[in-house]
Amino acid sequence: MKQHLLAAGLLTVALPAMAETPVLTVLTYDSFTSEWGPGPAVEKAFEATCACDLQFVPAGDGAALLARIQLEGAASDADVVLGLDTSLAAAAAATQLFAPHGKTPVTNLPVAYADPLFLPFDWGWFAFVYDKTKLPEPPKTFEALAASDLKVVIEDPRSSTPGLGLLLWVKAAYGDKAAEIWKGLADNIVTVTPGWSEAYGLFLEGEADMVLSYTTSPAYHLIAESDDTKAAALFDEGHYMQIEVAGKLAASDQPELADKFLDFMLTDAFQSALPKTNWMYPAVTPAAGLPQGFDTFRPAKSLLMTPEEAQAARDPALTEWQTALAR
Amino acid sequence: MANRARPLGLAAPTLAALLLALVMAPLAAVGWRGADMTLRPSDWMAVRFSVTQAILSAVFSTLLAIPVARALARRRFPGRAALITLMGAPFLLPAVVAVLGLLAVFGRSGLLNTVLVALGLPPVSIFGLHGVVLAHVFLNLPLATRMLLQGWLAIPAERIRLAQSLGFGPAETFRHLERPMLREVVPGVLLVILVICLTSFAVVITLGGGPSATTIELAIYQAVRFEFDLGRAAVLAGLQLALGGMAALVAWTFSRPAGFGSGLDRVLALAAPSGWRRGVDATLLISATLFLALPLLAVLLRGLPGLTDLPPSVLPSAARSILVALASALLTTVAALTLALASARRPRALLELAATLPLATSGLVLGTGLFLLIQPFAPPMALALPVTILVNVALSLPYLYRILLPETRALQADYGRLADSLALTGWSRLRWLVLPRLARPLGFGAGIAAALSMGDLGVIALFAGERQATLPLVVSQLAGAYRMDAAAAAALILVALSFALFWAFDAGGRRVAA
Repeated sequence: MKQHLLAAGLLTVALPAMAETPVLTVLTYDSFTSEWGPGPAVEKAFEATCACDLQFVPAGDGAALLARIQLEGAASDADVVLGLDTSLAAAAAATQLFAPHGKTPVTNLPVAYADPLFLPFDWGWFAFVYDKTKLPEPPKTFEALAASDLKVVIEDPRSSTPGLGLLLWVKAAYGDKAAEIWKGLADNIVTVTPGWSEAYGLFLEGEADMVLSYTTSPAYHLIAESDDTKAAALFDEGHYMQIEVAGKLAASDQPELADKFLDFMLTDAFQSALPKTNWMYPAVTPAAGLPQGFDTFRPAKSLLMTPEEAQAARDPALTEWQTALAR
Repeated sequence: MANRARPLGLAAPTLAALLLALVMAPLAAVGWRGADMTLRPSDWMAVRFSVTQAILSAVFSTLLAIPVARALARRRFPGRAALITLMGAPFLLPAVVAVLGLLAVFGRSGLLNTVLVALGLPPVSIFGLHGVVLAHVFLNLPLATRMLLQGWLAIPAERIRLAQSLGFGPAETFRHLERPMLREVVPGVLLVILVICLTSFAVVITLGGGPSATTIELAIYQAVRFEFDLGRAAVLAGLQLALGGMAALVAWTFSRPAGFGSGLDRVLALAAPSGWRRGVDATLLISATLFLALPLLAVLLRGLPGLTDLPPSVLPSAARSILVALASALLTTVAALTLALASARRPRALLELAATLPLATSGLVLGTGLFLLIQPFAPPMALALPVTILVNVALSLPYLYRILLPETRALQADYGRLADSLALTGWSRLRWLVLPRLARPLGFGAGIAAALSMGDLGVIALFAGERQATLPLVVSQLAGAYRMDAAAAAALILVALSFALFWAFDAGGRRVAA
């Protein structure tokens, strides 16, 4: 009896895969597939053109995605992985699970980015977000922030990608002086949170003057809540970028469909869904332009390490960070 | 005698072995996939901090719970039943929600600092080791109080009456009635809280104030997610288990049965001393109520505005969560009762370990290991809900076991021989002896299990497909998409549902017992 039940259970799962329409499985992070994320619009638009069934499989956040691919290895059902970022790209490439995409995309990224395995789909600048009504004159550099008595919340680089982004930001901007900057920041950091949402929540509840987030965060409040009190502090050192990328798995059983999806990813139908759901800059600016608020905080200088540099910089930077902040 | 004991005699060791397998097999699977097994200096720092904060949290929670539980046991006042029920609530809060509730009271712009500043005093910061301990006390004081209160209520009325007729004052009552009871109950209470806090993760980082507040679970996170260093993750998880196991054995060695003997089940409260002790009890109860209720009130107020803004997916995910919670509660109660009855008959280290170690497992390693074990045979997504239920049973069983054990021991000591001589075994023994006498702790325990299973997020995140999200997952997704109001509202619904389930079981148990 139990075997029957198990077989029946497995069959219901296996059935869609045996049906006529081919299934493209895209492994991505949770917030992409949620009903308020870009997932539903993208699924509808792609299925209208591909004669296929597009299925998103959510797997936590960006870092969890990488662990998930490695767990599943070549046995994975996924065809495409969507949502890794440039700090994780080297580790993802080292798994040898990805196949080259063979494309030369034209994008509106502020820096040159070309990778044989990964295609960018959106990007953003990390920035400290604050409330204009409570902080009329925000600091303009890390040094000014460290010298001030402002309180900031940051994410932990050991558990979250924005936290790791900040680590690389300070490293890219200050190199060997990074440890000094962190020592200076130690008394400004109220606390370190496991992920972005906890940090942003603490900031909104008034526990800190600034929070590590993105330059596009104020646009969310402006558009979704008609609240223009939030702003991103622009730093003279430049702002580190997060580029979110997608790649095709070498073991995919739908390689053509996967290619088609990656092409579709850079078309207007996909890109125009991103700004107001993911609150990031689309890799290709949509024909209709960017929403209100996306041009308000544009750093003059962009910082970005290559995936290899980022990978090499991470461990020493982490030790530096831990030492500087340990009280 | 040996024959009659057989059904339970076999079931319990089998169950214990299954539980240990459920804890150890995923760990082994993770370790098997890993290459490097070496730890780093920072890992040892994490171990040290984990242990320090866990010991402090357990000691403070228990020390504070003892006078509160005693005041609840010996005083009668309007609202007492409501207060006892409220005691369940903080323990059931998801960590992130609890932190936000505490910040509304102890945070920078919270109630306490507003009052301090108004009085011209310097504001205090909640971030640091003291904040971590404060949050753990908030979460665990109620559990400790309830477990201790069960102990006070289990002192037979005959002993209390004897004490009264001998003219015992508070000091003698403590020495002859309360101290033996505490000797039996306190080690278990300390143990449970110590092990819960050992594996605490979100509370510790969020309130810890910096990287020196690092727990083993965070080191495991880092090893699995950024480094895919499964060997190191397995070693760390093994270390965490070993610490939990050690604590279990120590507690087991120190716990002594109170040996009150049986009574006729008349309800009689301990004498309530008057004079200054009355004032102390009142102050204790009022402070504890404020400490527990204010953050809860903040959670309620924070969640209300977002209720209208909730996405439709909240409903099916809530239904899924309730289903998981009910199934988990049922299975956990059966399993914990089996173990606790067997352990009361004949204490065995195997049972103790099997009923404690699941608490000390790393959620991430457990999920990852189960994923590795299931993947070759079935798509893990297809088994998301069964796996979640299984893990919930393993993780909530230790609480139930601790709650039931003092009572099954008393049951065995008081009625075991009589029942054996009447050949009252199997189902009829359960029906006529065990269930009626244990209704109160069973209801309380089942409530805890149901509510814990509502809130558990750890494993479903790895397994859930697009259409299998449970309510806690929806809360974290909403918060991850800037929608903090909606997230707070969904969290409020989660807390309200958990609490309703807890209340239904707990009140049901008390009604049957009364």
